Amino acid sequence: MNSPVAKPVRMSYREACRQAIRDALTNDPRTFLMGEDVGLYGGCYAVTKGLLDEFGPSRIRDTPLAESAFVGAGIGAAVAGMRPIVEIMTCNFSLLALDQILNNATSIAHMSGGQFAVPLVIRMATGAGRQLAAQHSHSLEGWYAHIPGLKVLAPGTVEDARHMLGSALADPNPVLIFEHIVLYNAEDELDPAVASVDIGSAKIRRPGRDVSVLTYGNSLPKALAAAETLAKEGIEAEVVDLRVLRPLDNATIFESVTRTRRCIIVDEGWKSGSISAEIAARLSEDLFFELDGPIRRICSREVPIPYSRHMEEAALPQTSAIIETARILVGSR
Amino acid sequence: MSDFLMPSLGADMERGKLVEWLVKPGSEVKKGDVIAIVETHKGAFEVDIFEEGVISELCAGEGQEVPVGGVLARLMPSNSVPAIVPPPGPMAPTAVVKAPEVALAAPPSPGAPSASAKSPTVAQKVSSISPASRARAKVTPAAGRRAAELEIDPYTLKGTGIYGSVTIADVERASASQVSREASARPTRPGRGFDPLQMRQAIAAAMSRSKREIPHYYLTTTIDMGPSLSWLETFNTERPPDQRLLPATLFLKATALALREVPQFNGFWENGRFRPGSGIHIGWAVSLRGGGLIAPAVHDVDTMTLSELMSALRDLVARARGGGLRSSEMTNPSFTVTSLGERGADSVIGVIYPPQVATLGFGRIAVRPWVIDDKVTARPIVVSSLAADHRASDGHAGGLFLAAVDRLLQEPVKL
Repeated sequence: MNSPVAKPVRMSYREACRQAIRDALTNDPRTFLMGEDVGLYGGCYAVTKGLLDEFGPSRIRDTPLAESAFVGAGIGAAVAGMRPIVEIMTCNFSLLALDQILNNATSIAHMSGGQFAVPLVIRMATGAGRQLAAQHSHSLEGWYAHIPGLKVLAPGTVEDARHMLGSALADPNPVLIFEHIVLYNAEDELDPAVASVDIGSAKIRRPGRDVSVLTYGNSLPKALAAAETLAKEGIEAEVVDLRVLRPLDNATIFESVTRTRRCIIVDEGWKSGSISAEIAARLSEDLFFELDGPIRRICSREVPIPYSRHMEEAALPQTSAIIETARILVGSR
Repeated sequence: MSDFLMPSLGADMERGKLVEWLVKPGSEVKKGDVIAIVETHKGAFEVDIFEEGVISELCAGEGQEVPVGGVLARLMPSNSVPAIVPPPGPMAPTAVVKAPEVALAAPPSPGAPSASAKSPTVAQKVSSISPASRARAKVTPAAGRRAAELEIDPYTLKGTGIYGSVTIADVERASASQVSREASARPTRPGRGFDPLQMRQAIAAAMSRSKREIPHYYLTTTIDMGPSLSWLETFNTERPPDQRLLPATLFLKATALALREVPQFNGFWENGRFRPGSGIHIGWAVSLRGGGLIAPAVHDVDTMTLSELMSALRDLVARARGGGLRSSEMTNPSFTVTSLGERGADSVIGVIYPPQVATLGFGRIAVRPWVIDDKVTARPIVVSSLAADHRASDGHAGGLFLAAVDRLLQEPVKL
């Protein structure tokens, strides 16, 4: 008998996030979701719409506006054997919970000599591009990637949005997932044959020989668009989706840059002290003699992200800058 | 401000040596002026300029090797006030132009008197250990490592990378040209003729590449030269010897007009596809006394009268043999014609000069039996042979092309 071949399903990144949560709630009674406006309101980016009706208020829990409290509650629940998913409305607000994340979530396993694990997943929205101004638009994932004991994920594709949560819940460590607010409306075909993804590796989304463009999140589609344009000029850019900002996948990054010998890092965070700075430092430490040109970084302008559209666009890494930088780096041949 | 770059004087040229400047900073130049003599492994060429303006800076010193595309000179529009930069001394780095008071400045040029020459200063000692160029040159890490492997000093190279940095590709090019340089020791300041050994190597490289890369196909057709020769005889009897035409002009003109009809033979095979030539510039194979072969271009052959063509050919052959060819004549032939002349063989099956896509050969014109109206008669006959690149064209087009050449030669009055 022929087994039916499942067809690719087209869905949005938002829908992929929702299905990932539904799956987790369905498959593991220890899992519950907690956060501001996740229940009755359906999530401020509508990711959790309908889940309250489906799973009830004990598993879809609206919280007070108190990040430190509900993240702390999540840590306690995780230590006690639950598999909580905590949603923080935007990563700007996560700073109110930074004490819980840094001083408790990442240190309990260490300070208990490995007796307690914290299998907590925190989802938060990140990034700019929807005119939400300086308190709702920043990219702080690079900061969190500084902290040992955390895993920091940045799904840039619908597939990763769909499957990273499952892998994160299965991990015994606290895992942060940064969902980019612009990507929620992105759509793609989802391969039904893929049931899970790893949360340890970077992925080459487009191979190329001339320059490696390392990026993640919403800068990924910009890098792919730039590569498309550059290909018409004979410049083959390799686009590497970092996916996991901590721990960084040195092997894939180094392999790519060793091949192309040139590197552009596109990062929506601010340049100073950014994840792009970390990657550039690693490349110059370990790959110095492979480089046939300086490492280039394209980051957000070092300003609070502006509200007005044209200024917001000017503050963010854009496709045109990637194209221009690649042209200069590769040189006209 | 624009840059005047080292031209590519053939597909196999990677760098050239600037032998002599014929202009200096402040010289006014116009299109077609010969401004420098550049030596390649094919010999020395007069390099002509395509722009009008005032030379503001000579960026390469005499004796310096410059890669193809490297800056030779800077040019300013003639109406602006030029900021003239004095020329660099032999092999001196370009940007060090101020009077050297500090350490690590350029070494004084040999001709210039130097007060401190008798008692070397600390600065001079330092600069002999670490030449000024070392402080300036940007060498990428990867290029540095490759240079060490190839035993090349990357700091002497002209970079083509970002910020003018020396890249892996620059190092590997330099290594390749060093190998070819070492193949024969040369005088540092050659005359304008051709070095037979270098010429042999250049031909070897180009022809090997041709046979290695180009899938040739060959077509020949036999052409009755009766109408052409009798027309030529009439034309020539009325003229003094220096205005008389050779059959070669008819061959060239007929070829040019046929190329207009079948343009897919006029151009270049580059990066996996055909690029049409920008005009009909036909390389004319000239065999050199003392051996060797060169095929400089006659430009826009299809637009010239036969008399213009004849004088262009005379001039070209004389300069090819005397070593006074222009860079523009070496850079852009889009097709090549070989004519063996009176003392040659019956036919010539050519080897295409890459990246061109075809070459046409004419054998010796000989009187042979020929059938006209079912009767055998004695006629002057020539065999014309097309060698063409099968990547760029097919035999059918080749047949059309040869038929066009034949037809055009039957009506010489229209040429």
